[in-house]
Amino acid sequence: MTASAISLRGLRKHYGDLHAVDGVDLDIAAGEVFALLGPNGAGKSTTVEILEGFRKRTAGEVSVLGEDPQHADKHWRARVGIMLQTTSDNSALTAREALVHASRYYPHPRDVDETLDAVGLTEKASAKPQTLSGGQRRRLDVALAVIGRPELVFLDEPTTGFDPEARRSFWRLIEALRGDGTTVVLTTHYLDEADYLADRIGIIAAGRLVALDTPSGLRARANDARVSWVENGESRAVETATPTALLRELLARTEGEVDGLQVVHPSLEDVYLTLIGEAASAAEDAAAAAAQPATTEGGRS
Amino acid sequence: MTATTASSPRTPDTRPTPTWMSMTHNRFVVEVKEFVRSREQMIFIFAFPMLFLLLFGSVFGGQVLEPTDVTFAQYFLPGMIATGIANTGFQSLAMSIAIDRDEDVLKRIYASPLPTTSFFAARIAQVLVVSIIQIAVLIALGVAIYDVALPTDAGRWWTFTWVFLLGTAASTTLGFAMSSLLRNAKAGSAIVTPIVLVLQFTSGVFLVYTQLPVFLQRFAEIFPLKWLAQGMRSVFLPEDFAMAEARGSWEHPATAIVLTLWVIVGLFLAIRTFRWMRHDDH
Repeated sequence: MTASAISLRGLRKHYGDLHAVDGVDLDIAAGEVFALLGPNGAGKSTTVEILEGFRKRTAGEVSVLGEDPQHADKHWRARVGIMLQTTSDNSALTAREALVHASRYYPHPRDVDETLDAVGLTEKASAKPQTLSGGQRRRLDVALAVIGRPELVFLDEPTTGFDPEARRSFWRLIEALRGDGTTVVLTTHYLDEADYLADRIGIIAAGRLVALDTPSGLRARANDARVSWVENGESRAVETATPTALLRELLARTEGEVDGLQVVHPSLEDVYLTLIGEAASAAEDAAAAAAQPATTEGGRS
Repeated sequence: MTATTASSPRTPDTRPTPTWMSMTHNRFVVEVKEFVRSREQMIFIFAFPMLFLLLFGSVFGGQVLEPTDVTFAQYFLPGMIATGIANTGFQSLAMSIAIDRDEDVLKRIYASPLPTTSFFAARIAQVLVVSIIQIAVLIALGVAIYDVALPTDAGRWWTFTWVFLLGTAASTTLGFAMSSLLRNAKAGSAIVTPIVLVLQFTSGVFLVYTQLPVFLQRFAEIFPLKWLAQGMRSVFLPEDFAMAEARGSWEHPATAIVLTLWVIVGLFLAIRTFRWMRHDDH
């Protein structure tokens, strides 16, 4: 028996000619913290909304907690927590009331006061959403997503608008969820967040999963360091797997200080940008090839 | 800010597993809180009809409707009750559902374990409670200021009950259906308000129905508000006033049939068109 919380095979979502999700295969294990990264419009949100049962897919097989979310019932809903990206600003309920009322739909909810504490809203418990800051509203949304003690929780860009301290606290909350065995699917724009929290990272670009690896595995993809310096008034830069050898050679042929000497190892962000850059140019090439009439192809020399 | 919640051991549950009734009740409480705390809704639902009643009362004073001895206040009170039912069940409901859809409140409900039928039941219960309070206030105002006479026999209160329930059912189902036609919350007031206003002027709410041109009377006859107002007049006006109605009778059977047909049409449209998510969100 596999302990997959989520399983996707050949997931596709087309809007006319636009292939928002273009064949995604993915398994997320129960208890895993999984981060889905990708630029806006890459198909990240569409994929997550299909998993959440909000959108219908064009093709492919989807299983979330053993059920097809498209046809999931209210029993399934009680096992899944979803953080929505938009908060109702006009709600007349206080943060505490919103949580109390939401908790009453679930058989084994978390304690409201403990949840408020966990997201750092204890002091704002009797505040209404419109008097909360953007970051505080997000934290209320996170609290609403976990109040039902879900087995699986979807968090959509949960820390947008958080100050660094709030982000660290949120990270502790996620670690506590992991400790409970909760499966967490997280979308984020922050690579440090994915790096710190996630067991695995999936990078989605142009509707396809272009990378699926552990954070350290992703970092290991870029071994080449970039060595740059100024020689004879000219900027030079070399990407090499053996920067030390390059430096020895460089130091041997120059006198005194080398101007502007830098050795940079790629960050996760560099790997990410390279991956989505490749995906984007591949998509452009494919589009160009499709648009190119066959006759002009042969006329080139 | 600590993370004690998630890591704390599962505390033994003392609360019972949620049932359909408990969840419906919970949602009803939320709806009532949202309504009571929303100043705009409160003013629209409670102050509007009262304001109109006071306005008409001031304009026409104790004048009577020739050739009867019915005062204008007595004639307009049933119309205000009818339009109050339409305001709460149709206009206010359609617009607040459209707003809730726009702000992802409905999406949140869809994503929760709250049964769909619970959601509708809670919303209808809220409309009923608000309508009853609204009507009670209107009647109290009419009696206190304009000496409006209340029916004394049980038969008339029975008429009141079924007209109220059928009228609310028609308004509410049509309100749900209308909410799906509104592409966003802003479209709400632009589309719903003129519809209700036209019906109010042609259905004997603001103007005496029989004094309207016949083509307007025929037009209004298609829609529920005319029948709702006429049904309410049959409760509050003397029996011989029936002779002054368009067809010389209260037409109770026709009222029941037209309102029931609208309930069926509204129910069909509401079920077929209801959307949990925004128009661009699919």
